[in-house]
Amino acid sequence: MTKTDMMVKELVDKYGSKRESLLPILQGVYDLEHFVSDEAMVSIARNLDLSSADVYGKSTFYSFLDTIPRGKFVIRVCKTIVCDMHDKNQIVDTLENILKIKVGETTLNRKFSLLYTNCLGWCHKGPAMLINDDVYTDLTPETIREIITDYKNRE
Amino acid sequence: MQERLKRLDVILGIHPESPYQVMEKALKRAPKDIISDLIDSGLKGRGGAGFLTGLKWKFAAAADGDEKFVVCNADEGEPGTFKDREILTLVPKKVLAGMGICAYVIGARKGYIYLRGEYKYLVPHLEREIAEFHKNCFKLELDFNIEIFLGSGAYVCGEETALLNSMEGFRGEPRNKPPFPTNDGYLGKPTVVNNVETLVSAQVVSRIGVEEFKKLGIQDSHGSKLFSVSGDTPRPGIYDLEFGLSLDEFVREFGDGDTKAVQVGGASGFCVPRKKFQSTTIGFPGGLTGDSLPTGGSMMIFNSSRSMYNVLRNYLDFFEEESCGQCTPCRIGCQQLKVGIEAVKRGDKDPEYLQQLLKLTDTMKITAKCGLGQSVANSFSSIVDNFREEMIY
Repeated sequence: MTKTDMMVKELVDKYGSKRESLLPILQGVYDLEHFVSDEAMVSIARNLDLSSADVYGKSTFYSFLDTIPRGKFVIRVCKTIVCDMHDKNQIVDTLENILKIKVGETTLNRKFSLLYTNCLGWCHKGPAMLINDDVYTDLTPETIREIITDYKNRE
Repeated sequence: MQERLKRLDVILGIHPESPYQVMEKALKRAPKDIISDLIDSGLKGRGGAGFLTGLKWKFAAAADGDEKFVVCNADEGEPGTFKDREILTLVPKKVLAGMGICAYVIGARKGYIYLRGEYKYLVPHLEREIAEFHKNCFKLELDFNIEIFLGSGAYVCGEETALLNSMEGFRGEPRNKPPFPTNDGYLGKPTVVNNVETLVSAQVVSRIGVEEFKKLGIQDSHGSKLFSVSGDTPRPGIYDLEFGLSLDEFVREFGDGDTKAVQVGGASGFCVPRKKFQSTTIGFPGGLTGDSLPTGGSMMIFNSSRSMYNVLRNYLDFFEEESCGQCTPCRIGCQQLKVGIEAVKRGDKDPEYLQQLLKLTDTMKITAKCGLGQSVANSFSSIVDNFREEMIY
């Protein structure tokens, strides 16, 4: 049994092998591996008795289930109107400068990915971003530097 | 600054009677009485579509089947809306009590909270609340169990049938209606899908009664409503206001003195220019004079420094990405609208081309499968009609 099969099996044991378990299983894979690999999709399909195309269709539907490798910390900056009005560009520029990557890219050490996302529901405290599941609001270039320094020190 | 608009404390306030006491009281009544109260109260869904909540419950209660479900729609994704997150953070017991009352009325033993992935940080908090809720259910001998189901970043899953597909392990694509979820919902069983705030409001009807509830708001739009206020305002945040306020009153209180337009109801809502503030009220369309706009509570304020072209382009960018791609009018329509306004702005197309694009939105309105594609026309036509010169120059 490959490492991926083991991981998928554990998730299937936890969430069940019904079709309704598909999204929680995919989310579980993403949390562990920071993307959903082809191998994982094939393994899930086998376990849930679905076609792998079906699993692929499900994964690629959701913007939070990337099918290309992402960094350990995925930064998603809100680009919807109110955050955009509140200097989102300045935030993105700062992040690009600190991380030395462009939006859509991942740092060489696979620690950070920088992505855009749609409305995060923090319009009254924009600009806002997510780092994995954690929310950061009222961002300024200064707070961005502090936050990223903190994450750089995390394992 | 002076507060002119009356603040209510109906949704987020703490009341002498706890939500679980309200639920206990409701559970002693006959389900049909609770339904008729809800219908009499005129409570309409608070997600934006505004269907009568009492009717939804009635249909699900009357539907055949021994297995039924209650789903709380917490997939709040409309740009400019953040009230459901606030409700789940501050008064989760009211939501859970609303779900409990609904379960009792329709005969469901299982409930889900479909929580958008962006709010995953709320899970530990909600799980503690759900555990406490289950203890209360046990005490009240209500056989009802709630689980959280997490989304993964798809706006369209806020549409109830897309939400159900997402839960069932399919792509979050809307289904054809009918059949409606009240008969053919989660796993084909009768299901009530209610917005977070709707469930709280249903609980409010149980707490204060029909008469008191109807004193709030205006004709055809009863009760209070949480408004998510953002944009060019000195006071962004959540406000519990009565339905029926005029946009003029709203802007006097929340504007920065230089308000050019207000987007009512998010990117899928309407953009109202300054000259129409006085004639526009906020509520569900009814027998009122002037325009009455429904809203899920999103109120985005733009001042004169903002380019309405940029605003519209941002919305179209949003819709293009969030369209599920299932039906052609929406998938291609959103793309072409964006490409179209860019071409007009660049001067590659004549200004008259905007009329073609407006025709396209008319087509989308009648042919798109779900609310997403149908409502792109709202913001598009209200911005293009009212700010035509900004689209061109």
